[in-house]
Amino acid sequence: MTTLNDIPVGGTAIVKKLHGEGPVRRHIMDMGITKGVRIQVCKMAPLGDPIEITVRGYQLTLRKADAKQIEVE
Amino acid sequence: MTLTIALAGNPNCGKTTLFNALTGSSQRVGNWPGVTIDKKVGRIRGCDAELVDLPGIYSLSPYSPEEIVSRNYIVNEKPDAIINIVDATNLERNLYLSLQIIDMGIPMVIAMNMMDEVEKAGDHIDSDLIAKSFGISVIPISAAKKENIDKLVGAIMDAATSRKVPPHVIYDDTIESTAQEAENALKGKVPEENIRFYAFKLIDDDPLVNESVPGARESIMGSIRRMEEEYDDSADSIIADSRYRKITEVVDAAVKRAPRDERGSLSDRVDRIVTHRIIGIPIFIVVIAMVYFLALYDGESFTSPGAWATGCFNDWFAEMSADLSEWCDENDVSEITSGILIDGIMAGVGAVLGFLPQIAIMFTLLIILEEVGYMARVAFVMDRIFRYFNLSGKSFIPLLVGTGCGVPGVMSARTIESESDRRITAMTVTFMPCSAKLPIISAIAGALAGNMWVAVYAYFMGIVLVIFSGIILKKFKRLAGNPAPFIMELPPYHIPKLYGVLKGIFDRCWAFVKKAFTVVLLASVIIWFLCHFDFALNYLDPETEMEDSILATLGGYIAYIFIPLGWENHWELAASTITGLMAKENIVATLGVVLVGDSEATISSVSDALAVMLGNEAAILSFFSFNIFCAPCVAAIGAIHRELDTWGATGLAVLYQCTVSYCIAIIVYAVYGTIIGVDIDWYTYALAAVDVVILAYLLVAKDPFRQKREAKA
Repeated sequence: MTTLNDIPVGGTAIVKKLHGEGPVRRHIMDMGITKGVRIQVCKMAPLGDPIEITVRGYQLTLRKADAKQIEVE
Repeated sequence: MTLTIALAGNPNCGKTTLFNALTGSSQRVGNWPGVTIDKKVGRIRGCDAELVDLPGIYSLSPYSPEEIVSRNYIVNEKPDAIINIVDATNLERNLYLSLQIIDMGIPMVIAMNMMDEVEKAGDHIDSDLIAKSFGISVIPISAAKKENIDKLVGAIMDAATSRKVPPHVIYDDTIESTAQEAENALKGKVPEENIRFYAFKLIDDDPLVNESVPGARESIMGSIRRMEEEYDDSADSIIADSRYRKITEVVDAAVKRAPRDERGSLSDRVDRIVTHRIIGIPIFIVVIAMVYFLALYDGESFTSPGAWATGCFNDWFAEMSADLSEWCDENDVSEITSGILIDGIMAGVGAVLGFLPQIAIMFTLLIILEEVGYMARVAFVMDRIFRYFNLSGKSFIPLLVGTGCGVPGVMSARTIESESDRRITAMTVTFMPCSAKLPIISAIAGALAGNMWVAVYAYFMGIVLVIFSGIILKKFKRLAGNPAPFIMELPPYHIPKLYGVLKGIFDRCWAFVKKAFTVVLLASVIIWFLCHFDFALNYLDPETEMEDSILATLGGYIAYIFIPLGWENHWELAASTITGLMAKENIVATLGVVLVGDSEATISSVSDALAVMLGNEAAILSFFSFNIFCAPCVAAIGAIHRELDTWGATGLAVLYQCTVSYCIAIIVYAVYGTIIGVDIDWYTYALAAVDVVILAYLLVAKDPFRQKREAKA
């Protein structure tokens, strides 16, 4: 399974499925990360975590642990 | 009849600017019941309508306290209409909230903000097409430039008086039939006008709806399963997807984007430098150092504008005190009245108000950094470090500010979104030695033969206690909080609006001044009274008869508590700790009065007297440890109360601080005392051993909520 974590900085991917459960998964969806949306990984924080992505035209940051729950292709 | 209008929208979409433009100066700020989230209410200019500012939210799912507050308000208070402000430069995500508000079945108008920026980028948005697609009025505005505000007011008043409810947004047939079944299951059990909202939340498996209408979801499970099979996805994901699909459809048709600059926007380019992998942290250190040197630093060769302004204010205040004292003498004002006025009120309130200039400068810098968008980047850069002890990157700023003064430190915790992080930060900020604790640091350093390690110990131990608290407090249910993952929008940088910055500074300074004249004033009078009267209510001369005062008697009782800490039975030490509650400088001032016999006693004479009284270095260090980490001054306790909301929680926080400092003091006394060969009583060893065991247990005990947090994250 390829997840958002496997996408290198500068790369893009299409969301295939959201794993995990509960309020965090809900929040990820609310922020616009849903099936079929294109995500670009913009950069990584100086200490390697969290990462910054562009989705639906705006910048969002999330931790690698959360990014692991986002299956992409 | 006065109409009630709610203002709802995402964070960072200009909601505060629009609220200010609509209401002008008629604002009241309070808290939403049960949570420490600002609630602002104001009268819309020129209309008989009240505007309620809902917290900035991305959705109406119960993810954050803000979302719960907002949806409870809409469902329970039923505003006459809702202004939904959306950021035109970020339409897709902003409209996601709009679609959920539409389901609420309450008249609404969309205020499409930041149209000036859209035009500047050369884009074009057909707001009429969006209005037609959703069947509601869409008014393009610029809140910052006050464009089209009148038109928005007209539209919202129309909507509120005509009570015209927005039409449903229609999704695919399968979803609609499931929604219909959900509505049937909910009929009569939820308010009729919000039924479509509840129906979708039921399909979403929303915990709050499941709780209020038990069994409803089970009854429509068949239909939900069929939908899930058809889409090969889970129900909540299907609903979120179809909302976003609907939005993309409308936005694609309505928005014409101009070609973008290859290098990205100016904001992107700035961000690439500021959060750069290598120079990101050095830039962060420079920015923080600048804040520190402009607002807090007070050294021998350089004094920051903040410390300088505070110094000037204190000089002016001391002069005024002296003048007042002279005036009292000349006009035969009774000793008691002038005592309360000068040594009680002026000294107490003055000690607190003296920090005002420094606080104003501090907040000016912090608000500018926040408005520019840098604070979000601070959190982004620092998150990795703070996560080790269960806090997020946003806790850094309050701790830094706390080294200047605990009050603004606690107050700046308010920008932390996660309720439990905010509470823990507010509870632990005052472990950082503030500038009012500098006299006691100097006095102790003096008593320990000029040992410079005292200051290092104070700051180092302060940081250790913050980290320790972060780890253990999350293990308690009240502070475990929701899983607080770090999923945060990084808003584009923009130049702060002067009005917004000034208003922010004024609001926070005003809160501080109010505290000085209420809580602090009262506490000052009480403590003055305790120092100057005995139980028969005879007035005493503080320089000679203080050992008969109520404070001395109380100190005598309390002194027993401190015997295991090596303080022996001296009421003076306990009494100085009590007066430290008014302002931490008082510890040294009181010791000056009771040990040296002079309130203007020099720090070195206090040091000498302390060294004689306590007798050994271990006891001095224990006295220091307790006083520097125990309950902060009343002004800071007042600030903690503002963040924790109830006096019960505030009391627990203070109790926690006192307990921790007591444990630290006793362990320090037992360990250091043994090393330097002090004769230590068995009960000190016993208590110290128990403390070590308890602290170690709390530290290594399994976090009962960690699994829950991680499972959800």
